[in-house]
Amino acid sequence: MSLLAVEQLDARHGLLKAVRDVDMHVAEGEILALVGANGAGKTTLLRTIAGAHHPAGGRILFDGRDVTTLRAHERVARGIALVPEGRRLFAGLTVEENLRVAGDAGRRGRWNLEALLEVFPMLKARLKMPAGLLSGGEQQATSIGRALMTNPRLLLLDEISLGLAPLAIDNLYRSLTALFSSGTALVIVEQNLSRVLGVATRVCCMLEGRVVLETDAKLATRQQITDAYFGLRQDALREMRS
Amino acid sequence: MIWLDQVIQGTLLGGYYALIACGLSLMFGVMRIINLAHGDFAILGVFAVWLLVVQTGISPFLALAAIIPLMGLLGWALQRWVFERSLRAGPLVPLLATFGLAIVIENLLFEAFGADTRSLAPEIGDLAFDSWVLTDRISVGHLAVLTFATAVVVLIGLHFFLKWTVLGRAIRATAEDPDTAELVGVNSRAVYALAAAIAVATTAVAGTFLAMRATFDPYSGPAQLIFAFEAVVIGGVGSLWGTLVGGIVLGVAQSLGAQIGPRGFLLTGHLIFLVVLAGRLFLSGVDSHAVLRRGLPGLNRSRSP
Repeated sequence: MSLLAVEQLDARHGLLKAVRDVDMHVAEGEILALVGANGAGKTTLLRTIAGAHHPAGGRILFDGRDVTTLRAHERVARGIALVPEGRRLFAGLTVEENLRVAGDAGRRGRWNLEALLEVFPMLKARLKMPAGLLSGGEQQATSIGRALMTNPRLLLLDEISLGLAPLAIDNLYRSLTALFSSGTALVIVEQNLSRVLGVATRVCCMLEGRVVLETDAKLATRQQITDAYFGLRQDALREMRS
Repeated sequence: MIWLDQVIQGTLLGGYYALIACGLSLMFGVMRIINLAHGDFAILGVFAVWLLVVQTGISPFLALAAIIPLMGLLGWALQRWVFERSLRAGPLVPLLATFGLAIVIENLLFEAFGADTRSLAPEIGDLAFDSWVLTDRISVGHLAVLTFATAVVVLIGLHFFLKWTVLGRAIRATAEDPDTAELVGVNSRAVYALAAAIAVATTAVAGTFLAMRATFDPYSGPAQLIFAFEAVVIGGVGSLWGTLVGGIVLGVAQSLGAQIGPRGFLLTGHLIFLVVLAGRLFLSGVDSHAVLRRGLPGLNRSRSP
């Protein structure tokens, strides 16, 4: 049975349909790469799964139970966590407080402050500093750490390398190796295809709110993905017209 | 000497202003609600205390201890059923909702208790007029000192609660970004209700100290709201210690004004408020440019190991 099942999900921003009739599954321990152009609906899909955005239709099942009507903090209690786009740290709180807020409110499990500092040692010297004063890479590490402190079973990572220097991205992904092999199910939204294909087990490509390609990451060719990315595949085009 | 006396009395009066202002500041800082019924909550609280005192004959302090949780409950319920709904409708609707609530509270109190002016001073015996004589010209009232001390204790308590407890951290996180707080597992609605409960509970304390020092009637609320508002603006929104400073500045200005002339009390208070407000607006304009010019190198310096 899949850990997360999204069924015929619709999500809107006013009149704009950002997510259209999406079906998606994530199995326990799976790493799903969610790719697509800007405005394809990836962020809205993740926010809807996390409970930060209300769907216009469809269902979200987590661990076999319907969570569609649950509020975000109730989904955190079930084990869904989102690292939001743009990091969204509590800038006036210290790094430690950012982490502890999540740790106190989330589930119990293997992730605590000590375990986290082993993964992100660069945060050790920053614990007492206001989160707003950190560098981009440190902020992203704090944001991921904050989500991990809730001990999720499914972690949604939205554009974690956005706005970071290449070196900072390398550091971040190196730190995350432990996470990738930890057995936590992940959905990763990422612009950098080669980076995300290196760690993912499966790839979903979205185009204008729909999933146009879903395939095993090992079997997918780069051409296949870029075609779906830009909507060049024939069946993708057909699906869009319908 | 008379001026020094006014500064001392004004400072102690400032303690009361800080006491009434801290709830207003908390509610605005966390929920971005400007609670126009804040002063009326204080009067509602003190009517409850007064009723309990005249019915049972217990001390006003004991009665206050009993009323505080009830006022907290009222704040919690109002947040759940009034403020939360109005917040969803945009920033102006909470303002209207609290304005309406103020009118409802004032007129309900008028219906129930009439227009009589009351005081708790007769209920506290010698405390109402006892004082310590410092010099032959200056003496400070026990009640004024007690009010100031209570304000400091309440502010220290709030500060430690917000800084060092699990719930306090959750309140601060939610105040900064309620959506993200939800995403890390914080029940933002419960946090808001808790903050409203604390804010409304503090008004009962302020109202009781007002009633022990002076008089109150069903329409005393709006004047207290204005003092609270001025103290918050002078001290800086969202800063608890600023609230104490703001209260003291307001109290001292009023006392010095009263020394100048009989109409000076309120006038100088409002004037200092306007001067600080204008100064803040002016400085914030200058400051943002200064940050752009000078702030960034400073940030870089603190970042490098």
